[in-house]
Amino acid sequence: MSTTVPTMGLPAAVDASLALRPTVWMRCLRFVRREPLGTFGLALVIVMAVTGSMAELIAPYNPTANDFSAMTEAPSWAHLLGTDQFGRDLLSRLIYGARTAMIVGLSSALVGGVIGLVLGVGSAYFGGLIDLVMQRIFDIVMAFPLIILALAVVSIFGTGVQNVIIAITIPLIPRCARVVRSSALAIREIPYVDAARACGFSHSRIILRHMVPNVMAPFLIMITASVGQAVLAEASLSYLGLGVQEPVPAWGLMLQGGAEEYASTAPWIAIFPGLAIMLSVLGVNLFGDAMRDTLDPKMRNR
Amino acid sequence: MYLYIIKRVLLVIPTLIGAAALVFLLMRLIPGDVCVIRLGSSGGTFDPKAVALCHQELGMNRPIWVQFFDFMWGIVRFDFGTSMWSGKPVTTEIWARLPVSLEIALLGSVLATVIAIPLGTLSALRQNSWLDVFVRVFAIGGIATPSFWLGIISLLIVLDLTSFFLGAAWMPPIDYVPFFEDPIRNLSMVLLPAITIGYRYSAITMRMTRSTMLEVMREDYIRTARAKGLIHKLIINRHALKNAMLPVVTLIGIEFAFLIGGLVVTEQVFNLNGVGRLFVQAVQNQDYTLTQALVMMTVVVFVFCNLVVDLLYAWLDPRIRYS
Repeated sequence: MSTTVPTMGLPAAVDASLALRPTVWMRCLRFVRREPLGTFGLALVIVMAVTGSMAELIAPYNPTANDFSAMTEAPSWAHLLGTDQFGRDLLSRLIYGARTAMIVGLSSALVGGVIGLVLGVGSAYFGGLIDLVMQRIFDIVMAFPLIILALAVVSIFGTGVQNVIIAITIPLIPRCARVVRSSALAIREIPYVDAARACGFSHSRIILRHMVPNVMAPFLIMITASVGQAVLAEASLSYLGLGVQEPVPAWGLMLQGGAEEYASTAPWIAIFPGLAIMLSVLGVNLFGDAMRDTLDPKMRNR
Repeated sequence: MYLYIIKRVLLVIPTLIGAAALVFLLMRLIPGDVCVIRLGSSGGTFDPKAVALCHQELGMNRPIWVQFFDFMWGIVRFDFGTSMWSGKPVTTEIWARLPVSLEIALLGSVLATVIAIPLGTLSALRQNSWLDVFVRVFAIGGIATPSFWLGIISLLIVLDLTSFFLGAAWMPPIDYVPFFEDPIRNLSMVLLPAITIGYRYSAITMRMTRSTMLEVMREDYIRTARAKGLIHKLIINRHALKNAMLPVVTLIGIEFAFLIGGLVVTEQVFNLNGVGRLFVQAVQNQDYTLTQALVMMTVVVFVFCNLVVDLLYAWLDPRIRYS
């Protein structure tokens, strides 16, 4: 952005600010120093991402292989977190479950976020009737609690990973669009948008090149918040039996089958998947909060 | 003020109509057919004639816009028709399950608010104290913990504790008894789900209370009040809390509507026969009328909560009604 701005005199000041511009590494270091909790969150997210993407290399057992000679075994050296009622290794299932949670969480947050971004900025840019109609549509979709809308969508498309992503994406769109729109509205009033219009740039160019970069901060904040929500929603849907289906390992699903039945005899079946969900959502949220503080100092302590 | 109220109330109408249309459309998009499920469940094959007859009975062979109009007209008259699955009126089905869910939701939100607001305020007033750290951890944990897992774990703890101390494992009762008939039995059933559902609620409220209090305490008028020599208690109660509560009130209102979403999962965990469970069953059975009614109920509660919050806001903050 700043490279396209003419210097308008004051070359010394501009040069000084360029020289002091922190490198990416310096910024990262500063983030780590200022936001220890956020760094902890980021570490949790990285652990989840690495285990999820390299599940084949890390997992000690096949997550779907039944072993009827080792059913509901307590945690031991052979099975670090124990086994479930079918003798499947819990640790391996958790590791593969991280992949499912990551795929669903990231893709629904990203897709929902990007659609929301375009709709939100577009709605703010065009204003008038378009904005009014869009706002009413967002209102309507937002009137459905996330899990209820997701349930309804799942019943249309059916269960399974892909459809769960769609079901979670749809309710996330208006939530992101809402936030992005409100900051885009403020940006539209800044003269440079009028200047761009006076230059004869197309609507899409103004929206994508001039307005979208300026709402990046709230957009990124919304996306991280959405990842956490999406992971929780996926777990809830799978727990209800309307999300990811067996034999795909998913954390919510692991709590569905035997967790309650074996709660007193094999509590590890119930404890570990829930801990995994909690830690990953906690990680995403801590990181998101820290990022919000860094990107938007006004929101500090919120 | 009156103009604002009228404007705000009128704004509800398009949202409700839109939501009704969306629900109606969603339900028609669902592949499969309640008649096929209903006939199939009794076992054996079913012939197309029976399906057609069933369609006719349920009025599903009429043009779609007629069905929609019928549905809308029904909403206006509070008549949601009969459940396509059980054949009983939808209102009877919902009415039978409402008390449990309502009690859990109310108890959960009251517990949550009673804990959240004082703790959130104290934590803001003593920023970075041990209490503040505790509140922050509690709050961020509440947002990350899936409520169904919390339910399972609390059941587990109750099971272990009772079998250790009483010698026999105890489980909360499943069938609902009204509070005034048997308060102990009623509470023993409702308390755990209410805590489960209330944890997230109180976490969010606490966070919001803390952050708005922190913000308000830095305002100039608080400094002015201090400079005037007002006592601390008065500043907090009269000046700070009154203003800090605005966003908190909004949040409480909106989150209450979202409790219904939480009930869906919590009732499954505790095996309770409430509205949330009914919703899952209705979706699974493709019971159009029942699902429509339940979703509309949720939407109406949500829109109504929003309306109340907005009006309350306008009443509390004169800047809004004149803008």
